[in-house]
Amino acid sequence: MTVVPETAEQVRVPAEVRRARILGFTYLLLAAVVYFLLAVGTEGEVTFRFGDQPGDIDFTFSSAGLATFTAIVFAFLGGVQLTKGFGKKTNVVLGGAMGLFILAFLGWAAAGESLSMVGMLESTLFLAAPIAFGALSGVMCERVGVINIGIEGMLLTGAFTGAVVGSVVSPFFGLIGASLAGGILALALAVLAIKYRVDQIIAGVVINIFALGITSFLSAQVLVENAQEMNNPGVMGPIKIPILGDIPVIGRIFFDQNIFIYALYLIVIGMTYGLFRTRWGLRSRSVGEHPKAADTLGIKVFRTRYVNVFLGGLIAGFGGAFFTLGAVGAFNENMTAGRGFIGLAAMIFGRWHPVGALGAALVFGFADSLQFKLAVIGSGIPSEFLLMAPYVVTIIVVAGVVGKARPPAADGQPYIKQ
Amino acid sequence: MSEENNVKENEGQSEEPRWMERVAPKEVDWSSLVIIPLLAVLSALIIGAVLIILTDGWGNVLPAYSALFKGAFVGWGSISETLLAATPLIFAGLAVGIGFRAGLFNIGAQGQMVMGGLLAVVVGFSFDGLPAVVHVPLAILAGFLGGALWGFIPGILRARTGAHEVITTIMLNFIAFRTLEYLLKLPRIQQEGRFDPISKEIAESAQLPRLLTWLPVENADQLRLHLGFLIALGAAWVVYWILFKSTIGFEFRAVGANPDAARYGGIGVAAAITMVMVIAGGLAGLGGANETLGVYHRAFPGFTATIGFDAIALALLGRSHPAGIVAASILFGALAAGGRTMQAVAGVGIDLIVVVQALIIVFIAAPELVRAIFRVKVGKETGQITRGWST
Repeated sequence: MTVVPETAEQVRVPAEVRRARILGFTYLLLAAVVYFLLAVGTEGEVTFRFGDQPGDIDFTFSSAGLATFTAIVFAFLGGVQLTKGFGKKTNVVLGGAMGLFILAFLGWAAAGESLSMVGMLESTLFLAAPIAFGALSGVMCERVGVINIGIEGMLLTGAFTGAVVGSVVSPFFGLIGASLAGGILALALAVLAIKYRVDQIIAGVVINIFALGITSFLSAQVLVENAQEMNNPGVMGPIKIPILGDIPVIGRIFFDQNIFIYALYLIVIGMTYGLFRTRWGLRSRSVGEHPKAADTLGIKVFRTRYVNVFLGGLIAGFGGAFFTLGAVGAFNENMTAGRGFIGLAAMIFGRWHPVGALGAALVFGFADSLQFKLAVIGSGIPSEFLLMAPYVVTIIVVAGVVGKARPPAADGQPYIKQ
Repeated sequence: MSEENNVKENEGQSEEPRWMERVAPKEVDWSSLVIIPLLAVLSALIIGAVLIILTDGWGNVLPAYSALFKGAFVGWGSISETLLAATPLIFAGLAVGIGFRAGLFNIGAQGQMVMGGLLAVVVGFSFDGLPAVVHVPLAILAGFLGGALWGFIPGILRARTGAHEVITTIMLNFIAFRTLEYLLKLPRIQQEGRFDPISKEIAESAQLPRLLTWLPVENADQLRLHLGFLIALGAAWVVYWILFKSTIGFEFRAVGANPDAARYGGIGVAAAITMVMVIAGGLAGLGGANETLGVYHRAFPGFTATIGFDAIALALLGRSHPAGIVAASILFGALAAGGRTMQAVAGVGIDLIVVVQALIIVFIAAPELVRAIFRVKVGKETGQITRGWST
């Protein structure tokens, strides 16, 4: 019986061609937009400051000149894209082009002023951290074939537990408690998804609703009256790493951060190595791609799934503590405000790879950071539009402008042992 | 795990009998249709009671739950509030349910409600002196269109590019909130003399008339139940008709059951997916319009509360059947109306209701859990409803 396959297989080549063509015209369109909106009629110079003090490490451009240069580059890229194409380098070129576009945009928005780039990059990493933890938690679960929509709930529960345990015992135990809280929710997800074979997306949504309900309930019922004793953990400040922290520019951005950021580095490195260079990783991935084959080879599918989903929960819970112990210093109802969902998008954007997930989270963090910056400069663009930019970008990304991302083959499929 | 189940599972992936049974039961299985939801509600209330005991002590369970019951059902005032709360839930529940029937998970009811409610308000205050018979339908239509537009976007993206509707609808929810905040501050829409984002009040001719103010009871003028409830019942009937009596509804269900087979059978899968999302968005938009035209008479951030998310629970609870969704909505409406009384009388936070609702979904989505706890025998099924990330 020949079943007509999913369209993606059949029309891959025409789809690729169409995508390349759309991309080419987008470059040309952007070239025109940049030239007429950002270059024509713009006066003044912009200074990108990379040092701590003005005059340390400064790059000064004419705003109009920068925009004109960008427009020329875009026109050139559009021409090449439409004729020859960039082949495998398409996405790299696109990423570089977007960076240039943002630079030109900043130059226009901050014409006549100077921008502290170090501060902006520092806050990019800071704002990206919770999104990255969420995305890494997703990678951990989905690589073994369990979809985790409940990241948001795990972050929120981690934030709550971190605040309470951090206040009652100590911030360090707050971290442990938050991780475990995330882990327990993840086990609930695992039991529902693996043992009871509940639809995984539904199970994740339930975890989100449950986490929001229970943290809000306990917060209103218990925390509000005892805010001083139970919701006052303090913020874990930045720790400067000796030597590395003294490197100019890079030191301040990467090595003068709080414990969460360092943990993030370790988790990204550990997961990348673990998933792609160790026996555990190979087994995990095989369970996510083809559980039946893995089972045949003697890999314990259920146990692997339980363990990895639990680990994913630990990561999300730990990341949740960032909100209370790393940033705000107290728990507020629904304080994660959708970061878990952005993390989910970052996971897809990052193609289920730890480094990709981190990179995607940084893009979202940068968009956030940019929005704060522009609000301060007063660019005349309504802040609502800047706030919705990451969401629009996410839609464009999942709609396949950056090419089709392929999830692990058994993602979302319950496994039934024969 | 029984032998029979294993054999069924061996037949391969293209056939998805298990979730199909769950979303669209072929025969009416009363035990799973009635017993499971009842036990789910019961279990959720018991766990809720445990939470009250843990935070407030033993003494508060009975007062809290009796206040919950009184606030939901005792007296015309309570009944009016219960049905009032149920009305937008019916619309939003239908929006999610019709998606489930076509194999789509519409988490975007929230954003669709925002856009529908906003557009209805704009029409509501923009015309002066129109007779209500013209103005009310016009504003309601605007609500439908606003939501339909917000449903069209994920629909067409799913159909054309395969972008998963779970992600796109979540993102569109956020975009809808921001758009609402922005638009509410435009001088054309914002209430004069206000600096916070709040819209002008709609004309009286666009307000949905109240239904129970003629009753010969005390404070009858405070019975807030309005025409929207009847429209919601009408919408449920229309959805029933579309799904089970029309050709297009058959196509929706075929796409939901097995898109490959549907395509093979000559059904335009892309068109059907887009259409389902447009209708779903429109229904949610009606829910938003119901809130702005019937309850608040204006729009402001958060006028949708969490109705769009509760809708997921309702669609599950009601088995994606319009009649089931209406029943489930009235139950949740009762929980909401009673929850307010519970908070006022017994001092138990209304967030407990959210926990109870989440637990109800868990038990509904995992019937084996209920089976294990209560040792009852009910229909065999598990909960595979959506299709993961695959397109």
